Amino acid sequence: MNSKLRAVLTTAGGIGLGLVVIVAVGSYLHGHHVAVFTPQGPVATKERNLIYCALALAVMVVVPVFVMLFWFSWRYREGNPKGKAKYRPEWDHSNKAEAVWWLVPLALITVLSVVAWNSSHALDPFKPLASTTKPLTVQVIALDWKWLFIYPEQNIASVNYFQMPTDTPVNFEITADAPMNSFWIPQLGGQIYAMPGMSTHLSLMADHPGDYRGSSANLSGEGFAGMDFTVHAGSQADFLAWVKTVKQSPSVLTQQTYAALAEPSRNNPVSYYSSEQVYLYDTVVEKYTPATQIR
Amino acid sequence: MNILFANALWGRITLDAFPHELIVAGAGIGMVLGAIGVAAGLTYFKRWKWLWREWITSLDPKKIGVMYLFVATLMLLRGVVDAFMMRAQQAVSVGANHGFLNSDHFQQIFSAHGTIMIFFVAMGFMFGLLNLVVPLMIGNRDVAFPFLNSTSFWLYAAGAVLINLSLVLGKFAATGWLAYPPLSELRYSPGVGVDYWIWSLQIAGVGSLLSGINFLVTILKMRTKGMSLMKMPIFLWSVLGSMTLVIFAFPILTVTLALLALDRSAGMHFFTSDMGGNPMMYINLIWAWGHPEVYILILPAFGVFSEVVATFSRKRLFGYTSMVWAIWAIVFLSFVVWLHHFFTMGAGADVNAFFGIMTMVIAVPTGVKIFNWLFTMYRGRILFATPMLWFLGFVATFTVGGVAGVLMAVPPADFQLHNSLFLVAHFHTMIIGGVLFGYFAGVNYWFPKVFGFKLNEFLGKCAFWCWIVGFLLAFVPLYILGLMGATRRLDHYDASMGWQQLFIVAAVGVVFVLAGIGFQLLQLVYSIWKRKDNLDTTGDPWNARTLEWSTTSPPPYYNFAVLPEVTERDPFWAEKQSGRPAAKPVYKDFLLPKNSGAGVIIAGFAFCFGFAVIWHILWLGIVGLVGVILAVIIHLSNDDTEYVVTAAEIARVESGRKQVA
Repeated sequence: MNSKLRAVLTTAGGIGLGLVVIVAVGSYLHGHHVAVFTPQGPVATKERNLIYCALALAVMVVVPVFVMLFWFSWRYREGNPKGKAKYRPEWDHSNKAEAVWWLVPLALITVLSVVAWNSSHALDPFKPLASTTKPLTVQVIALDWKWLFIYPEQNIASVNYFQMPTDTPVNFEITADAPMNSFWIPQLGGQIYAMPGMSTHLSLMADHPGDYRGSSANLSGEGFAGMDFTVHAGSQADFLAWVKTVKQSPSVLTQQTYAALAEPSRNNPVSYYSSEQVYLYDTVVEKYTPATQIR
Repeated sequence: MNILFANALWGRITLDAFPHELIVAGAGIGMVLGAIGVAAGLTYFKRWKWLWREWITSLDPKKIGVMYLFVATLMLLRGVVDAFMMRAQQAVSVGANHGFLNSDHFQQIFSAHGTIMIFFVAMGFMFGLLNLVVPLMIGNRDVAFPFLNSTSFWLYAAGAVLINLSLVLGKFAATGWLAYPPLSELRYSPGVGVDYWIWSLQIAGVGSLLSGINFLVTILKMRTKGMSLMKMPIFLWSVLGSMTLVIFAFPILTVTLALLALDRSAGMHFFTSDMGGNPMMYINLIWAWGHPEVYILILPAFGVFSEVVATFSRKRLFGYTSMVWAIWAIVFLSFVVWLHHFFTMGAGADVNAFFGIMTMVIAVPTGVKIFNWLFTMYRGRILFATPMLWFLGFVATFTVGGVAGVLMAVPPADFQLHNSLFLVAHFHTMIIGGVLFGYFAGVNYWFPKVFGFKLNEFLGKCAFWCWIVGFLLAFVPLYILGLMGATRRLDHYDASMGWQQLFIVAAVGVVFVLAGIGFQLLQLVYSIWKRKDNLDTTGDPWNARTLEWSTTSPPPYYNFAVLPEVTERDPFWAEKQSGRPAAKPVYKDFLLPKNSGAGVIIAGFAFCFGFAVIWHILWLGIVGLVGVILAVIIHLSNDDTEYVVTAAEIARVESGRKQVA
């Protein structure tokens, strides 16, 4: 195979593959439901926009790289008739050119750094969301291998399913009575770890009614893959109706029923508890602290 | 009484420790049969003595390098079979179908895959190449500490044996490749799996640390006359940066593993979630090692690409000084970004933002390197040889992976991408496209130097295209799946997710990668078979630039009869350009290290110690520990470790070489 054919095959092969990937990805994304790109709440929307923004800035560097990669490979291939492409084997630096590729990326990164700093503060998961509506508190306990949702104000609890009213900020308090998990509802916003002995916070809100999938994003043992749940966002009336339904459940959450629930089990069905032991969540967090343990 | 005695003798090993599942048993039996086959072959051909004398006890870095590459290749096969099983499971385990692996087995497989690929494939390829290339490139005959070098290799090999032993005896960790506590603590992982993980890494990790010291000193102290730091090939700069990171980072790994081992074996509470332990501390520590580790692997690959792109563009490397600064910027920054692996742990916004920004800043020196490589091609004469193809493939994939990395460096964006398959796709893009492609390029590039004949170019290119296509098929779907909300490490998902098509595409991608590896093995076998057609009689098959090409292929055991003298950056290129006939050499006596079996013996005892702790066998633990200490003392008490290579001997070897050439 001569060197010209080699260069043609390599360059064309590379460009061809790139185009196929772009077309395939583009058409696939168009026809399918992509959770992170179809946000249903303000947090997820802002996070998606951040991804777009960072992507746009990064593409400004990537496009020239790809253009140069293919152009240089083609133009400076061995066997390109001499005279057409210059050959300068000793030319090995240029302060001007190098200054460009130190400073331009640095400038882009500086812009992105400002974005990163501001967004980290604006979207701090511990920060309550601004809203005129009174927020709802939901306490979340990751168990082996299911999620327990406690509503301290409503005095109810549920497993692997919960509801929330739309346009109402929900303050999640999150812990684990199991190995570390991560609480993630992609269409409402990003994840945060659920850790034993720790209480993390996440503020989310739903703009639109619907059923959204959540799951554990961090490996926590054998039943981890089955740790997904559904959150239903609906009107305030829907929510109150649901609370009423839960209140009718014969099960109640006491220390004993909680201990039974906390035993490892996989792919748990949805279940409701019409009342919860007061301060159950705090008890679960505190039981890991030495002061509670060493008596 | 019998039981007590059995416990003392065998520790926790019982018949239950042997595999009961068909797939595991099959793999285990295959491995044992393979070992027996090799042993039988060695006996039949009466090669044991040869193996001991020429390889196992050899302190020649060229041979140690080949042994590293051999083990790393075996481990690559194991790692990629693991990968195939994972993707095959995910392609079929949907809805009512739960696939062919149970959850625990699936989790062991991905844990083993990650651990093996990083510690025993990437690290193995890296130290293999370093051994082959560094002494030649600095124009010297050996590394600074030859015996330490052999010990490092055997500790690495002992770790590799230990991790594979978990297939036959007991089980492996099911806790992911970094074994986060509290999941990896006794309370949640009571079996021997995590102990296998700890001790195979602990043993191999000590070997890596010793190698890091060795190569750092080698480069700093043993360069040939005239090779000042700023005249070193960029590969050496990259290795220097990488070894600096090894020296700072690996002690963190050693201590972290030791603390976890104390938790598990001595009932302590460093990282438990209760009794005052703190798993978050572990996560910080493991990434304070883990992030530099990524750069430990990638920097030498960058170095390989710097040599490859200059050689195959027939042009001096562009922006040498920029490259040096970029390397050291990366070295420094790689220690201040570890927290980006857990933005989602709930540190405050200030902390997250700081680590996010530092992470983005790393993109600057990395980008500078890419532009410098591209401008090395600019106004060059590019030859599309196999190493150059790996380079081009690297630039394309690595740039895309870099974009994904920058996205995840923005903390709130990371909240949506972390722990998803997007993250998995990102780091595979970096590690396959960057590290692995780099080492493949390096193996193709330096193979003729080490063995005296070139690898077949056509098969090498087939391998490259299979890898590239396979890589795209395997990982582009994962980026999309991540954005669809698919988390990593799922052994099963609901059909309503709509993920199955993409998982099937990803599995097909792995098949292409397997084909790529198949072509690489075929390339090796075919090239050995047809080696007469590909002989490198010049010592310089690529028309290259650096010192290693100025000696014959393969080099004599002493590399250079007379150590070369260097006046500029691409000394061999300059010498060829000048067209001066070489002066008649004057040979002088010099010293080379004698073979030593101490390295393999120390590693053997270290293996016994690790095995004993895993299985709670007290007597074997004592034997192992005392054995290591005694072997070190005995070896260090021996001052008769070198022998003289006389001028007459050199003259004899050299005249023989000339005739071949």
